[in-house]
Amino acid sequence: MINFQYARANDVADAVRMMAADPAAKFIAGGTNLIDLMKEDVERPSRLIDISRLPLKSVEETADGGLRIGALVPNSDLAYHPLVAQRYPLLGSAILAGASQQLRNMASTGGNLLQRTRCAYFYDTATPCNKREPGSGCSARNGLNRMHAILGFSESCIATHPSDMCVALAALDAKVHVAGPSGEREIAFADFHRLPRTTPQRDTNLHPDEIVTAAELPAQSFAKNYTYLKIRDRLSYAFALVSVAAALELDGDTIKEARLALGGVAHKPWRDTSAEAALRGKAATPATFTHAAELVLRDAKGFAHNAFKIDLARRVIVRALTQAAQGTPQSQSNKKIR
Amino acid sequence: MALARKRSTEPPIQVPDKISVSLTVNGVERQLNVAPWTTLLDALRDHLDLTGTKKGCDHGQCGACTVLVDGRRINSCLTLAVMKDGAKITTIEGLATDGVLHPLQQAFIDHDAFQCGYCTPGQICSALGLIAEGKAKTADEIRELMSGNICRCGAYPNIVAAIQQAMGQS
Repeated sequence: MINFQYARANDVADAVRMMAADPAAKFIAGGTNLIDLMKEDVERPSRLIDISRLPLKSVEETADGGLRIGALVPNSDLAYHPLVAQRYPLLGSAILAGASQQLRNMASTGGNLLQRTRCAYFYDTATPCNKREPGSGCSARNGLNRMHAILGFSESCIATHPSDMCVALAALDAKVHVAGPSGEREIAFADFHRLPRTTPQRDTNLHPDEIVTAAELPAQSFAKNYTYLKIRDRLSYAFALVSVAAALELDGDTIKEARLALGGVAHKPWRDTSAEAALRGKAATPATFTHAAELVLRDAKGFAHNAFKIDLARRVIVRALTQAAQGTPQSQSNKKIR
Repeated sequence: MALARKRSTEPPIQVPDKISVSLTVNGVERQLNVAPWTTLLDALRDHLDLTGTKKGCDHGQCGACTVLVDGRRINSCLTLAVMKDGAKITTIEGLATDGVLHPLQQAFIDHDAFQCGYCTPGQICSALGLIAEGKAKTADEIRELMSGNICRCGAYPNIVAAIQQAMGQS
């Protein structure tokens, strides 16, 4: 870790001003990812601007029946919040599928959105990585790429986004509230994270001088027919090989509304609205679910070590939609998959 | 090589003054001066000589450094001491009272819930946090919510049994 200066922000405007004064600074909240990256010399901020005491820690109902989640609400508090547990159990379930309770106690909502990939080459400063050092090359394409993308990757980067929470936020059609020197704006969740294309160093469309202030959920919460099904190399405390957030609104056996998003397969949480459209109005049957899975994976391509994820993803999508339709969401403590 | 050359041209960052931090550690208020990059783990071990909290991976992956900050279990290796100014910290050294072991400590002995013992302070602090959270009822739930604490010796079944015993007492 290199030497850096430390300063504490008193409010959002203060934080934005401090960042404008030192563009090589970084905001720190939970620090679970940033401190780790600094220890590895991947992140080398001149200054840490401590935003952990800003008043962004509330979870509030919005006028239109949704939920506004302050950017500094810890992941564990959010997962167990009564309004989340009752109305948005998909979100709570996804959060509890990720990390450990110690990390969830530390990690913030905004920080979860902004965490970096866990691609081993991104972390290893001795190897080329276009995300860490633009133009240096991608070590993962011909390296150990078991954990890497099968959708939406580019010549320059095949890294995946590591979050579970964000997969649920994508499925739930969240919005991200941000503030910067020119005021506040909202970003649709689908537009928040980026595909790598030729600029993998940019994970999100947040401007460098902006700060995330809240995530907002719409009223439609899919509290009855949902699941978050995560497949990984060990039963707990591991990143997803493939995860699926599935949410349905049913009228008898007919699908009125569907949401489908995947984790562990792309540079961003991978929501596929064409597959959702194909589910809408159809009977909730294995054939319908298989067709949706084929749509999601129509352009999937594997590398030397991760081609298995295409078939795995197909099966996990079908199983997740089945769990959602049956109203039997995956338990995040008893890992038997039914 | 290219990376090293580029970095050598970066201007050195001025070493900042040490920052005064106040922590209440195991009920005792402690003042210390730390550099901004001093982790809570290093502050406890190197500045306050509380070496019960262990440095395992130093990357938040093993849980050996688990302590409680304002009653919540966290990884002290990924926490900067300066950010916890004013906080109440509980470490393994703060559990026994008047020479009597905390029920969790006794339960770990009763159930032979360790072999080498290196992960044990983190396991016990994590279990203390888990019991306070009140979310784990079944063995499955204990296992899941203790998954941030790795035991290289594989004492997991006995750790779960020890936590179940302590939960019964609390």
